[in-house]
Amino acid sequence: MGRLGVSPVVSVVVSVCRSFQGCEACSSLLPTGKNLGKRQTMTNPPGSGAPHLPNLTLADRAYHIRRHALRMGEVQGQGYIAQALGAADLLAVSYFHALAYKPHEPEWEGRDRFCLSIGHYAIALYAALIEAGILPENEIETYGGDDSRMPMSGMAAYTPGMEITGGSLGQGLTVALGMAMGLKRKKSQSFVYNLMSDGELDEGSTWEAAMAASSHKLGNLVCIVDVNNMQADGPSTQISNFEPLGPKWEAFGWHTQRVNGNDINALVAAFDAAKALDEPRPRVIICDTKMGKGVGFLEERERNHFMRVEADEWAKAIAVLDAGRA
Amino acid sequence: MPLDKYMPRTVKTGPNGERLMTSAMIASIAGPDQRTAPAPFGHALVKLARSNPKIVGMTADLSKYTDLHVFAKAYPDRFYQMGMAEQVLMGSAAGMAREGFTVFATTYAVFASRRAYDFICMCIAEEKLDVKIVCALPGLTTGYGPSHQATEDLAIFRGLPNMTIIDPCDALEIEQATAAIAAHKGPVYMRLLRGNVPLVLDEYGYTFELGKAKMLRDGPDALLISTGLMTMRALEAAKELEKDRVKVGVLHVPTIKPFDEATILREANRTGRPVITLENHTIVGGLGEAVAGALMRSDTRPTRFRQIALPDQFLDAGALPTLHDRYGISTSEVVRRVKGWV
Repeated sequence: MGRLGVSPVVSVVVSVCRSFQGCEACSSLLPTGKNLGKRQTMTNPPGSGAPHLPNLTLADRAYHIRRHALRMGEVQGQGYIAQALGAADLLAVSYFHALAYKPHEPEWEGRDRFCLSIGHYAIALYAALIEAGILPENEIETYGGDDSRMPMSGMAAYTPGMEITGGSLGQGLTVALGMAMGLKRKKSQSFVYNLMSDGELDEGSTWEAAMAASSHKLGNLVCIVDVNNMQADGPSTQISNFEPLGPKWEAFGWHTQRVNGNDINALVAAFDAAKALDEPRPRVIICDTKMGKGVGFLEERERNHFMRVEADEWAKAIAVLDAGRA
Repeated sequence: MPLDKYMPRTVKTGPNGERLMTSAMIASIAGPDQRTAPAPFGHALVKLARSNPKIVGMTADLSKYTDLHVFAKAYPDRFYQMGMAEQVLMGSAAGMAREGFTVFATTYAVFASRRAYDFICMCIAEEKLDVKIVCALPGLTTGYGPSHQATEDLAIFRGLPNMTIIDPCDALEIEQATAAIAAHKGPVYMRLLRGNVPLVLDEYGYTFELGKAKMLRDGPDALLISTGLMTMRALEAAKELEKDRVKVGVLHVPTIKPFDEATILREANRTGRPVITLENHTIVGGLGEAVAGALMRSDTRPTRFRQIALPDQFLDAGALPTLHDRYGISTSEVVRRVKGWV
């Protein structure tokens, strides 16, 4: 718990606006290289009206998330990088479009909660938390190391902004639904988002939770399912076929959308619809994503749950990613 | 006693010719002439909830069988029915606790300890969350068979860091322990006797304190160290033994974790009397082994160390009195065995 006490690089309270589209005044702070850690000094208090934020698109954010993740992978020489690259777009839309939070007050009561059920995606969430200013960028070098606040599997006690301890797959949605019940009990307007993988669809507890969430009419619960069709032993649909997936969630009483999880516009529309829905029932956004997205040679690599990346390939991957932006 | 399959049987009768029936879930462990109190947990929780709005109750389709229905009736909007889904019960209890509530989550001990263990471990205990898991049918308190007999729950939860574990003896203790665990910050597993629960400890001027073992009576011939309903049996046995001029002390250890080693060692060291542990739990990994470990680590050598506990096997179905005799935890069996050891 003591790790939470480490002071972040930036000390000013920031609110990220759900509808942020950037601000010309901030363009001088476009995050390149070492400026990344300073950009969040542009602030506006929650609910104070027009956002005053760096002029970055969601695509920029997704690119930065991928880049942070690759740098962490390079530090550790391993990591679930293919999943991180695949989930970068949905994380960008979550953290820079959908969620309300204060980067320097990660336990702010009014925040939307983001639960990472898939602990092994921590590398991706750390990248998003860094991009959001919740974690300082200079801690990238500690990723997966002894005493790091960024262990390889996400745990609540280690990391500011990490709401739950994931990793034992099939648990996140159960905790998220309890949080949604608690928020409803407190008459809070906050939402709970739970990010899970298609592999977790094999777990019975996922469906127990799906049934309980609709039974409890939790209109403040949004489940994001990352469908990259790959789990530890092979393609998910071949391991235990969860298709047709949309109709399953619908049958459980959930408002259901299925989108290309690497299409930012589609994601924005889906997150908006999930939030705007005026019905007392939980919402699921099924995101079909591509593992390794954004780095061509990793996209092409034989698909694998724990993708092997050689020591000299990390820098190449970053170069390919950067080149794709040019 | 393993029974040969498919052998025809005759109807078994008790000492007065009465037919002995399976003691199922609604069975009370109270003897026919015993004083009892109804639903002590449910009533205690209602009382606490009056002054503590953070308390909520959750269950997995077993409110009536864990006395939580008393709370549900008094506070319907603070009661959460999670369906027959123990994993979701524990996960969502963790989520509720994350949002600042003090959660009492109830089910049967078998389902919490066996089915929902990983959720209790990773969602609740690892996070030190304020969830009180209160479970009926601990050890051998139903004759329904192994599906409902939680003979190894203490062993399972003793291995779990951050857990506080309580095995209360009677209605008085359940009432006091419910208040104590509500006030305690962090996860708790409490075994529950439900329905009409025997009232015993008021005779001994007893007060429950979390983490404390207490001497209920003293005696030079043996030190009985007991927990849960076996303290009731130990006290009954002590009275019987006294008629034969065998005087035994009874040390009640309701908190299995954290374990009050100091009091146990003090009493074990005070005289050289034999130490006998009693628990409504398998001989593996419960009170007896906890006491043995404490004795060994401190170089304490009582003249004898013996365990009264359930055998390491799946137990039979049947009538509870029959089964308690069969497995050596009835009062008469305790008396007989202690006599052989002093």
